[in-house]
This record gives sequence, structure tokens and C-alpha cells, in this order.
Amino acid sequence: MELKATETAVPKAMEWRHRKSTKPKSERIIEFIIKAGGLSSIVLIIAILIFILKESAPFLIKRFDFSEFFLSTEWNPASVVEIKYGILALLVGTLLVTIISMLIAVPLGLACAFYISEFCSPQLREVYKILIEFLAAIPSVVWGFIAIMMINPLIIHTFDVPIGLNILNASIILALMSLPLIVSVGEDALRAVPETYREAAEGMGATKWEVATRVLLPAAKNGLMAAALLGVGRALGETMAVLMATGHSIQIPESIFEPGRTLTATIAAELGESPKGGEHYQALFAIGLVLFVLSFIVNLSADYLIRGRKK
Amino acid sequence: MFKPSIHLLNKDIREKNFKNILSLVTFFLFLPALGIIFWLFIKGYPALSWDFLTQDPINGMTAGGIFPTIIGTFWLVIISVLVSCPMGVLAALYLSEYAKDGKLTRIIRLAILNLAGVPSIVHALFGLGAFVLFMNMGTSILAASFTLAVMNLPVIITSTLESLKAVPHSYREASWNVGASRLQTIRYIVLPNSYPGILTGVVFAVGRSAGETAAILFTGVAFYLPFLPSTVFDQCMALSMHLFTISTQVVGVPEAYPFATALVLILLILSVNSIAVGLRTYFRVKRKW
Repeated sequence: MELKATETAVPKAMEWRHRKSTKPKSERIIEFIIKAGGLSSIVLIIAILIFILKESAPFLIKRFDFSEFFLSTEWNPASVVEIKYGILALLVGTLLVTIISMLIAVPLGLACAFYISEFCSPQLREVYKILIEFLAAIPSVVWGFIAIMMINPLIIHTFDVPIGLNILNASIILALMSLPLIVSVGEDALRAVPETYREAAEGMGATKWEVATRVLLPAAKNGLMAAALLGVGRALGETMAVLMATGHSIQIPESIFEPGRTLTATIAAELGESPKGGEHYQALFAIGLVLFVLSFIVNLSADYLIRGRKK
Repeated sequence: MFKPSIHLLNKDIREKNFKNILSLVTFFLFLPALGIIFWLFIKGYPALSWDFLTQDPINGMTAGGIFPTIIGTFWLVIISVLVSCPMGVLAALYLSEYAKDGKLTRIIRLAILNLAGVPSIVHALFGLGAFVLFMNMGTSILAASFTLAVMNLPVIITSTLESLKAVPHSYREASWNVGASRLQTIRYIVLPNSYPGILTGVVFAVGRSAGETAAILFTGVAFYLPFLPSTVFDQCMALSMHLFTISTQVVGVPEAYPFATALVLILLILSVNSIAVGLRTYFRVKRKW
């Protein structure tokens, strides 16, 4: 109410939106460009959706069959006998590597975030932060290379299995890849808990362990969950590393030592060979659409959690 | 005289264990980071030489050097940053200087978040559909760079926004009070005070696009090209793609060769990121507020 009173006290001409008319033309043009730039991300995200829909539309209209696409494990786009487009095995592959990698990365990552945010000396924290940035900067193709050259023989020797390029390998690589993200977002969430909470708990004689489990964990719950979700999003969409690490064989794996295949890797491996505009090519775009929707859901939920924390 | 009870003793032990376990976990998580670069260095160092960096690959990519891939990566990164940098800065300027807290701003933020979360292979599909086919660029450096630019845009917007927000609001108010328009305030007050942060973000984006593989896979990068690109409408080779090719697709490559390629890629990205970290530290010390 008070604000309103002062607002009306200002003469009309002094409000900036009324001054706008006196602005030189060049200034108005530049401001228009800035505003257009502001909308660029909306335009792009819609354009991505439109172009993927456009390329996959003929497949979705003519060939698409819900039960075949989602419930069949047979993906034989180049078969001479019977062409099948079932993504169940790919979907299971994607979910398996995502879930197993998160089972590794989330507890470790959050433990790490706790240590860096609560126990670390400031100097050591800086060192770890630079290391996190370094880990995050390693490109996915190098991780794939590491999977083939380092984790592969390691798995063969440790577990005495014939192939080291399998679900376990891809999960380990994905865990290492999403750790930096989980640690840094988790640490942000913990640092956002007001210092007074810690002081109050410690003032009542709580140990660090008690502060961590009974004060920080509930207070930063949403942020920590968002950290895990962003890790999921990262693991879900990873392409080159899983293409190189999973062994890329189409089947529903029966154990973590069997090779599998993911949605992303299928697109990366097959798009180059499929003739442009053909049914196979359109089906790959349909997989892209599935990925887009999955990542959209994961990101929106992560945002919802983070926003919930701020309220 | 005062002896702690069993309960308190247990508490004490648990407390110590808790801290030690956490510090061990953290330490062992970051051990791989150092281990990997060390291991790549040991394995790849023998093949690394001046010739390796300056010669073409020969004998079906089983010998020779990686010169064209470095050139290709350079082209891709430069053009993508030239595209995404102005767009990202404009978007961030709008969000920080013009946008009001409303529905539109909220949608823009969600769009940025989702753009950042879209899998890189989906960006590749978009690049193929939009740039290669729809805009008729063909598989070319230009199409691949545009795809990379779309990928980098959210990174640049976020980092720019952060450095714009770091400029104290009182600076802007002071400028408005002496009669400067919004645009003049941006030009003479906001941008000069935030360009170090913007620059740091851009350099990080450079490092990110240098390593990207999936997004450029179908949009402009070739497995092997016998010549260097002369215009932006040519295809090119790229370091990241080359590493993928020689470690999975080509048979009979001597072991040190992909290791050396990986080492070059890592060192390139690492040095770019070190520049960014260095810039950040340097400007943080110099900052006026």
C-alpha cells in the first residue's frame, strides 16, 4: 500500500516507461534485439521438438504401433525377413545403466558433498573444487576410451568373465561422469542451509554426525534430491561413453556382466548408416523423441525440487 | 575424575569414524581423476612428438599424425563460440536487466534448464534436421558449429547471468540517477564490470565444445578426409571423433596412437580450463566490490 502511494507521487513523465518515447531509434532497436535474444532459448527448445517431430512424423503416423515400439525387444530395422522396431531392450539397457550408476554415484557423491561442505578446510575445499571441475571437463569420448582400455581388462581380471564391455562397465563410467555434477549441486544445497541451524544444533550438544543426519539432511533434502536427479539426467542422455562401454549388443541383459545397448547409443551407431528419409531413419528420430521427453521430465522434476527448497 | 559414559564414548568413536570415512571416500573418488591423466600420459607419451601433431594420418589412420583433426576442432570451436557468445550474452542481459519476475521469465528459465539437459545425441538429431537438411547447409563445419552453439548456449547464458547479477544493484541505480538510460547503463556500467565473468564462462564453453563428439557426429565431421577444409561449407575431422574412430572402428592401430590422441585432447581441454580458472582467480582479486 505504501509503495503505491509513492508511485503515484512520481510525476508521469519521470517514470522510465514514459521516457521510452524520447529514446533515440538506435537504442530502441538494440533493446529490441536484446529482448529477442532473451527469447532465444524458448525458440530453440521448441525448434528442437518441432524438428524431431517433423523428421519422425511419417514413422509415427504410418508405422508406429505402441505395443510393438515399447513392448517388443526386437529391433531389426535392416532385417530382410521382418522389420521390427521394438525399443524395449534399449529402454531397459538405458534404465539399467542409469539406475546402477546412480546406486554407485549418489551415495558416494552425497558423502563427498557432505565432506567438502562440512568438514573440509577451506584450502582443501579449493583443491577439491578444482579437481571436480577437472573431472567434469573430461569429454565423454575419453571416458569411453577409458572404459575400453582400463575398466574392460579390470573387470575381466577381477570377476573372471569373458567380456569386460558390459552393463557394469558402462555403469562405472557413468557413475564417474555424473559424480562432479552430483557433488557440486549437492554441496550447493548443503551450503544453502543457514549457518544458524548448525549453530543451534551444536549449541545443544549435537555431534557433527547428529547435525549431518538430523539437521542438514532434512533441511537440504530437496536440493540433494535434485542433485541426484540431475545425475540421472546426465546418465540418461550420455551417448559416446555408453556406446563404447556397453558392448552394444541388443538384448535384455540377464546379469550386469552381460553387454547391453542404450537408446542414445543406438541413434549414434545407426543414424549414419540409415538412408535419409527412410523408415529406419525416422524410427531413430522417434527414439530421439523418447529421449527428449524423458530428459524433459527429469529436468522439470529437478527444477521443481530446487524451487521448492527456495520457498 | 569425570569418566565419560559408554554412550558418550560410543558417540565419540562414531564421530571420528564418520569424519574419517567421509574424507577417505572423497579422497578415493578424486584419486581416479589424477590416476587417469597420469595413466594416459605414461601410455601416450612415447607416441607424442612434433611430427604426431603436425602430420596427416596415413595408412588408413594407423600411422602418421593428427594435424587435420586439431585444425578441424579449432574451426568448430571458434565458429560455435562466435555464434553462441553474442546470443547467450543477449539472453542473459534480457534476463538480468529487463525481465520482470513473471510468467515469461519463469518459462525462459525452464527453457534454459531443459536446453542444458537435452542429451547431446538429441542435439545432433536437431542439427541434422534443422541445419543440415532444412537450412540446406549440408554436412559442413557450419552445421556442426551451429549444433555445438545450441549446446553451449545454456552454459554461456548461465555463467553470464551469474556475472551480471554479481554487479551490485547500487551501481545501476547510481547510473540511472544521473540520467543514463537502461541501455547506457548496460553499455557503460554493467558490461565493463562483468566482462571478466562472461569471458570465463566463454572459455569454459570452448573447453566443453572441444571435447564434444555426439553432437557433431552427423552434422559435419568426417571419419577421414585427405584434405584440410578450406571453407565453412566443407566437412572436417575432429580430435574427439578421431579418438572414437581409431579406438573402436579401425583395426590394427598401434596401442600408443589412441593414447596419444586422448592425451592431446585432455591436455588441450585442461589448458583451456586452466586459462578459465586463472582468469577467474585473477579477476576475483581485482574486483572492486
